Amino acid sequence: MLSRVASSIYWMSRYVERAENVARFVSVNLNLSLDFPREGQQQWLPLVVTTGDNEAFNELYDEPSRHNVIRFLTFDRDNPNSILSCLTAARENARSVRECISAEMWEHINNFYLMVKEGGGYRGAIDQIYDFFERIRSAGQQFAGITDATMTHGEAWHFSRFGRSIERADKTSRILDVKYFILLPSPDTIGTPLDVIQWSALLRSASALEMYRQRHGRISPTRVVEFLILDNEFPRAVLHCLTKANESLHAITGAKLGGFSNQPEQTLGQLRAELAYTSAEEVIDRGLHEFVDDLQMRLNLVGEAVYDAFFAMRPMKPPSFAEV
Amino acid sequence: MTSRPSGSSPDARNRAVADVADGYDPGEFYDEMFAGSGTARAGCEALYQRFRQLSTDDLVRRQDAAVRAMLRLGITFNVYGADEGTERLIPFDIVPRILEQEEWSWMERGLKQRIFALNMFIHDVYHRQSIIRDKVVPEHILLSAESFRQQCVGLDPPKGIWCHITGTDVVRDADGQVYILEDNMRCPSGVSYVLQNRQLMKQTFPQLFERANVVPVDDYCSRLLDGLQFLMDQRVRRPVVALLTPGIYNSAYFEHSFLAQQMGVYLVEGRDLLVSDNFVYMRTTKGFERIDVLYRRLDDDFLDPRAFRDDSMLGVPGLFEVYRAGNIALANAPGTGVADDKVMYAYVPEIIKYYLDEDPIIPNVPTFLCWEDKQRDHVLANLDKLVVKPANESGGYGMLIGPRSTAAEREDFAGRIQADPRNYIAQPTLSLSRVPVLADHRLEGRHVDLRPFIIYGKDIYVLPGGLTRVALEKGSLVVNSSQGGGSKDTWVLAGERT
Repeated sequence: MLSRVASSIYWMSRYVERAENVARFVSVNLNLSLDFPREGQQQWLPLVVTTGDNEAFNELYDEPSRHNVIRFLTFDRDNPNSILSCLTAARENARSVRECISAEMWEHINNFYLMVKEGGGYRGAIDQIYDFFERIRSAGQQFAGITDATMTHGEAWHFSRFGRSIERADKTSRILDVKYFILLPSPDTIGTPLDVIQWSALLRSASALEMYRQRHGRISPTRVVEFLILDNEFPRAVLHCLTKANESLHAITGAKLGGFSNQPEQTLGQLRAELAYTSAEEVIDRGLHEFVDDLQMRLNLVGEAVYDAFFAMRPMKPPSFAEV
Repeated sequence: MTSRPSGSSPDARNRAVADVADGYDPGEFYDEMFAGSGTARAGCEALYQRFRQLSTDDLVRRQDAAVRAMLRLGITFNVYGADEGTERLIPFDIVPRILEQEEWSWMERGLKQRIFALNMFIHDVYHRQSIIRDKVVPEHILLSAESFRQQCVGLDPPKGIWCHITGTDVVRDADGQVYILEDNMRCPSGVSYVLQNRQLMKQTFPQLFERANVVPVDDYCSRLLDGLQFLMDQRVRRPVVALLTPGIYNSAYFEHSFLAQQMGVYLVEGRDLLVSDNFVYMRTTKGFERIDVLYRRLDDDFLDPRAFRDDSMLGVPGLFEVYRAGNIALANAPGTGVADDKVMYAYVPEIIKYYLDEDPIIPNVPTFLCWEDKQRDHVLANLDKLVVKPANESGGYGMLIGPRSTAAEREDFAGRIQADPRNYIAQPTLSLSRVPVLADHRLEGRHVDLRPFIIYGKDIYVLPGGLTRVALEKGSLVVNSSQGGGSKDTWVLAGERT
């Protein structure tokens, strides 16, 4: 398929997944801030830090109030990673490949965009924002479902799943990071009921609470880290995402699983293997934030390798006619 | 005090119906549906009867459903000059425009004749120029045509075809006479609306289709693909076809994407392509793949910065050389625009006569050429009655509609004409025929034109009907979608089955 088309499908899926996850970030924070209303404004700065867009935020806003942060992360067109910007980009990408995706996918992404653009009825009231983020989460999930159910599971679909998986791995790790930043001011809360509440909220925002309970029962930080990073069966866990991304990558190139035929396969395969043979205790000993930081950096390397291998219009010499 | 249920007379349904067409008056215009007040034309009788069975509310509901379907499907176009990415719907009206078989056959013959002759003309213009030497078309008109491409002189496009896809605008005046208004031979758009409008109408009025015997339009895309592959079928066994679009901000992007999808061909942008070893390749995830036929929806100017405008970011450097070497077919061929220059238009009747030794079947609108002194004087003296058009604009831009103009506008145009007479033509203001539209719960007459689409492949094919564009604003004569025009489904009725 055309490189530009593959790239657009990849980014379309990434942006939808990103929009959904930003909604998850904000709702975990809303959850936490309602449990601890006295913490006040301090609760909202970490959120911006976690998304990695704090420089952009500081340029645009004077203080990290709830209102400002929600605006920045949700509706601000000057923030390229706001939910609205993500959906604009997802839709533009979808629009440029309409001939390759199903009509249902296009219709859904178009409606999704219109819903967010109109603010879903949000006028600043907190009960509305809950509902709004809920609808975003739901629409994001529906998009993944529609993609799986209506698109031929060929090369284009694998690019879509690859994009979605890489994005989700990155964002799940950032959701863990929210907790890290919020925990920092009060390390003495570890193991207290307050800690349990925070971890539960975090699991919930990753749609992971029920599945976690089934797997591990009691809430413990180590097991939560294990579940969200190292579980190979929970669909939002980092390892699971990397496994699926790896499968799609191999389906695209036709190379056998367990080996690699190009740079992205090697970079991703190494990262996945490392996670598969790591324990939660090792992650925590090393420092959760440091681990997450390193993971994000290496996911970016995978992204760059994918760009080089599949999308870049390199000035290389095309094969001669006989080989075509 | 008791309250009664809201009353409704036994014939409320009928009364509601009668309201839709009641009081509809074709007036001094030629109406495509009604011969007179309350009298449908023969071919429109079935439609009229069906409408009378439906309540106004029902019609409005169907209209709304059709519009919602368009929105959902994203059948939109972009507006030039507006913010990037501004999309609008082309308003769709559910009253179809009907053409009877006999008239359509005549039109079809006329269009085939015209396209055949124009293709010969373009070829001649870039080769022997016998039509110039025989003084049928003045040399200075050819050389001053902005769309004449020096680069194309001596070129032999595959199979000798230049104008593969044409959208010719046809209008009808108050007396019922049909004229050719202009030939769009560069990248005419609108055919996707013809196909989508038909889909919408089938959903909206299924029963009517069962009875009306409407000629289908659905095979346009397979005919187009056949025509494109035909161009290279002697060089390659299965020619790879791609549609070149300027990208998602182009006003016709929806159409580009739709046609590529329907034909099952690649939709490419300039940045997907590169030239190597005198072939054109597209970058795919598996490497580079060769393209044999490019249906380009990009003007000549932007095709190749080395051959044409060097500031074009949209095109493919080196493409024209590949074309010159015969290693790719381009549809339409570069240089084709010379035949739809609006001054050249005035010569088309002579062009037909010159090459085919036949009289034109469908007449031109009488046209005054401002470069001729006597005609210019006439134009300048009658600006308030004429329509003045620049030779090289499309989309209805830059026109003066005399009877609707202000004195200041006329003065402005007089200045422009005198400064650059070659660039202007004038025509009498036609009283375009009308078709009813559903407006505010009743039928009202609105002016229409018709753009049939013609594919020149192995033979010449005319898509039955075409795009009926309608000026939705009351009294307006401007049907262009960029300026408030809408569209209608166009029905060509099959002949009587006996």
